[in-house]
Amino acid sequence: MRYLPLTADDRRAMLAAIGVETVEDLFRDLPASARIQDPAAAFDLPDHQGEWEIEQALSALAGQNLSAATAPSFLGAGAYRHHTPASLDYLIQRGEFLTAYTPYQPEVSQGTLQALFEFQTQVAMITGMEVANASMYDGATACAEAAAMACRVTKRKKVLVSGSVHPHFAETTSTFLRYTDCEVEVLSPDVFGLEDLLGRLDDDLACVIVQTPGFFGSLKDYTTLAEAAHEYGALLVVATTEPLSLGLVTSPGEMGADIVVAEGQSLATPPGFGGPGVGLFATRSKYVRQMPGRLCGETVDVDGRRGWVLTLSTREQHIRREKATSNICTNSGLIALAFTIHMTLLGEAGFTGLAELNHARACAAADALGKVKGVRVLSQTFFNEFALSLPKPAEQVVEALAARGILGGVPASRFFPTYPELAEVLLVTVTEMNSDEQVAALVAALTEILA
Amino acid sequence: MSTSVTTLTGNRGLQVEEKLIFEQDQPGRTAVDLPAVEPYLDRLGGLRRRGAIGLPGLSEPQVVRHYTRLSQKNYGIDTGFYPLGSCTMKHNPRLNEKMARLPGLADIHPFQPESTVQGALKLMHQLAHWLKTLTGMPAVALSPAAGAHGELCGVMAIRAALEARGETRTKVLCPESAHGTNPATAALVGFEVESIPATADGRVDMAALKARLGPDVAAFMVTNPNTCGLFERDIIEISQAVHDAGAYVYMDGANYNAIVGRVRVADLGVDAMHINLHKTFSTPHGGGGPGSGPTVLSAALAPYAPVPYVVEQADGSFHLVEQVLEATASGQQPFGRMKGYHGQFGVFVRALSYMMAMGRDGLFQASGDAVLNANYLLARLSAALSPSFDGPVMHEALFDDRFLKDTGVTTLDFAKAMIDEGFHPMTMYFPLVVHGALLMEPTETESRESLDAFIEAVLGLAERAKAGDAEAFQQAPRLTPRRRLDETAAARRPVLRWTPSVE
Amino acid sequence: MTTLYYTEDHEWIAVDGDVATVGITAYAAGQLGDVVFVEVPDDGKSVSKGKEAAVVESVKAASDVYAPVSGTVIEGNQALVDNPALVNEAPEGDGWFFRMTLSDIGELSGLMDKTAYEALIAAAG
Repeated sequence: MRYLPLTADDRRAMLAAIGVETVEDLFRDLPASARIQDPAAAFDLPDHQGEWEIEQALSALAGQNLSAATAPSFLGAGAYRHHTPASLDYLIQRGEFLTAYTPYQPEVSQGTLQALFEFQTQVAMITGMEVANASMYDGATACAEAAAMACRVTKRKKVLVSGSVHPHFAETTSTFLRYTDCEVEVLSPDVFGLEDLLGRLDDDLACVIVQTPGFFGSLKDYTTLAEAAHEYGALLVVATTEPLSLGLVTSPGEMGADIVVAEGQSLATPPGFGGPGVGLFATRSKYVRQMPGRLCGETVDVDGRRGWVLTLSTREQHIRREKATSNICTNSGLIALAFTIHMTLLGEAGFTGLAELNHARACAAADALGKVKGVRVLSQTFFNEFALSLPKPAEQVVEALAARGILGGVPASRFFPTYPELAEVLLVTVTEMNSDEQVAALVAALTEILA
Repeated sequence: MSTSVTTLTGNRGLQVEEKLIFEQDQPGRTAVDLPAVEPYLDRLGGLRRRGAIGLPGLSEPQVVRHYTRLSQKNYGIDTGFYPLGSCTMKHNPRLNEKMARLPGLADIHPFQPESTVQGALKLMHQLAHWLKTLTGMPAVALSPAAGAHGELCGVMAIRAALEARGETRTKVLCPESAHGTNPATAALVGFEVESIPATADGRVDMAALKARLGPDVAAFMVTNPNTCGLFERDIIEISQAVHDAGAYVYMDGANYNAIVGRVRVADLGVDAMHINLHKTFSTPHGGGGPGSGPTVLSAALAPYAPVPYVVEQADGSFHLVEQVLEATASGQQPFGRMKGYHGQFGVFVRALSYMMAMGRDGLFQASGDAVLNANYLLARLSAALSPSFDGPVMHEALFDDRFLKDTGVTTLDFAKAMIDEGFHPMTMYFPLVVHGALLMEPTETESRESLDAFIEAVLGLAERAKAGDAEAFQQAPRLTPRRRLDETAAARRPVLRWTPSVE
Repeated sequence: MTTLYYTEDHEWIAVDGDVATVGITAYAAGQLGDVVFVEVPDDGKSVSKGKEAAVVESVKAASDVYAPVSGTVIEGNQALVDNPALVNEAPEGDGWFFRMTLSDIGELSGLMDKTAYEALIAAAG
């Protein structure tokens, strides 16, 4: 078997060195009644296979999916498809990055650590915050951790989640705090960005969580909300599922956010059926000791040369145990690396330019789609994703588009089946990957389906 | 003793000093070419960003060189032996990477119509089938993102089950050797944590456990094989006692690699166990993730599994249950949702690719070789080092620092000396139940030659320590891109990002 | 006149009338190693005997500092927050954690004197 180096001779010699007869003797602590001697008799599973057999089997499964590699895709709703430069995927597959553990031994992990330090800096810069951690599992869990952190910082127990927040972020946050003494209130979906949050603030609130661009696409200025929240002693948590928007839109930090969380997938990896992504988590310096997750910090070695280590570990589970700020251990290191490499490839000009390109294409597409009979663009403001109102249930329209080989958008009903008023709302995303021809094809297909 | 070779540049041959990207910035440089944007009317509602962000500009060759040089400052499994105890650093097959990059698996979106992702849902269903078959458990929640997240899944399911029974139980018991994630997880779910002591042979003290069990205990969380590398021989009796007290058994599956194919955890009376796909099933650790922590559940806990999950329908198609409401309508009582989207799908692909490559026969052989390798280390190192417990051990061998007594060499010094010899150190100072722990996990990946080379190095170092050459250890490592780093300074005055220097 | 008492959790308390100063012992500071962070209680915070009142951290360990007796904090040592190394340099001097008023002077009777404490750490080896 190709992954196992030991030969029968090796095993015999090693057993002799140990002083036992068989490998089975080494398993003698397993209860005899439950111990398996013959895997073929115990498991209805196949035996080992060669590479091409696996390639064939998994390629067959892959072939049953309609991939954006061949079908025009206008899908978003929290997962976005951008171009990933060829050098990015090459670099993250270097074995020294790919096959290393969490950098507990800094002398042999300076590569991962320096990349994390650069990642933390880039995340802090684009969010307009002072510090960022070395990543969380994903945006939704980062949002949940932000709510928990706000409760620790304010010593309060009420969390208010805006209807602009991705429903998966909201549900993950509710679940995460379900068995703590914190309460989470989630407001109804806010298609137009019109909900009144200012009127809901009070002295018991630990934080209010909003999203920009909102789940339905809207952009909002949260400066006033931040000021009002601070007057009540509450924190403002701003989430985003499309960090590319930060290249064009005023950052949450400039608006007064206390914690910014994001799903970083869009700039790191293809949508990959939703995972793994990477959670971005940034805050103000004064809250750094209340932060969850790993942090990389600068220091010097015994020869006085600059280097990096994981630091402020006493917040974490392996030291604080039941008093830790979070139970997180493994996070999303490699996807964080992909994120930082892409940000480095883009640089200031590329990041802001790509954001501009996305917005320009989305504006043009919104105009074209708005001219289709019966279709209305609901989002007054947006970045690269907007909500359409259709004259038919969006789910049916999406199926009909898929039958024509177009992945035409995400129906809001997929997330909000109990809101009949959202049945005809479709979320459409347009990125640099959508050519004019693709947009024209979507317009034509939609015109035909709605006729 | 000289500390390091000095050169004019600070570079040392293949080890090239590398500045931060921010220090390589030349405005106007970019590694991405974009088409020009024609004038248009924006929809930003006046929220256009003002002022520069400050991101550095580099060209593509500079970026490639930057990360290549950084990579060369890292040690990975691809580099050499990585005996990091409790981390299961095994070979990461590149076939897995190739499969995960098939456009039909990588370039698909979580919210495509179900009819267009039947292959992806089937893949998740197949992975679930493997995990359920190997463990004998009736259900598995695939969505947890890593081991600690899987623990959270299992403990939340326990809390939900207790609530459904109308019971308020406030305590979770853990052995004192538990991973830090166990108490941290239990606290997140609102439980108070109490430690159960170990016996002299490194296992759960049954008498102490039985004495502590009662109507206030919700669960017993036990790592098995435990963090000392030992199998809890009394696990069936433990489960029985825990169940008799009306509580649940959470088995931390961090060390599942030792027993895959050798025992079904269902036969041990376990109610929930997470499986680290990034340990046992060979998916890369990536310098700290992403992981994946599917959590198998017993019949008692299965109804409370979180959304989403895949079901096979009567017509043979697959359906993803995403909404709690839909699950409830079908008789389930999910405790909620643990993360965005559908779980770590890319990790699922890699794990399934590995399982298919190994098959049931290969997985059985792999756990056998992992245990054989660990016992071989124990046998060959026992005379010179101080093993904490008698064997046979399972997948890892635990030593403490008695063999370093009066040498002036600490466990930390010893580990750093291993680095200069070309090995990644073992886990140090964990578990906490022995003094100055050195925990070595070879996995099935290592050949006998590789183990022998490691053993010779460790024996040589032990001899050097005993010969009184403490100075050499305290100076180690000397051959790495950086030598020992000042962690105290880093924590006293945290510098967590680059900032432009003030002119 | 100042009287010095010790706890089993390695805190010292110097009592002068109804005001007391609290810190951790040289032995405790030595066990922790280089202290990198200290959190002291705010003025006016009421603390109860045996309950968490402050936090002290080294690179590899975090520990709560318990109130040896009940009372009200009148001052946290800000110098310690700015320079945690004081805990190692002068644990039983400038490295004090907080000053407090005592609500029940009787609680002092359960604490150790210097001789008893030294015997305790000698026994701990």
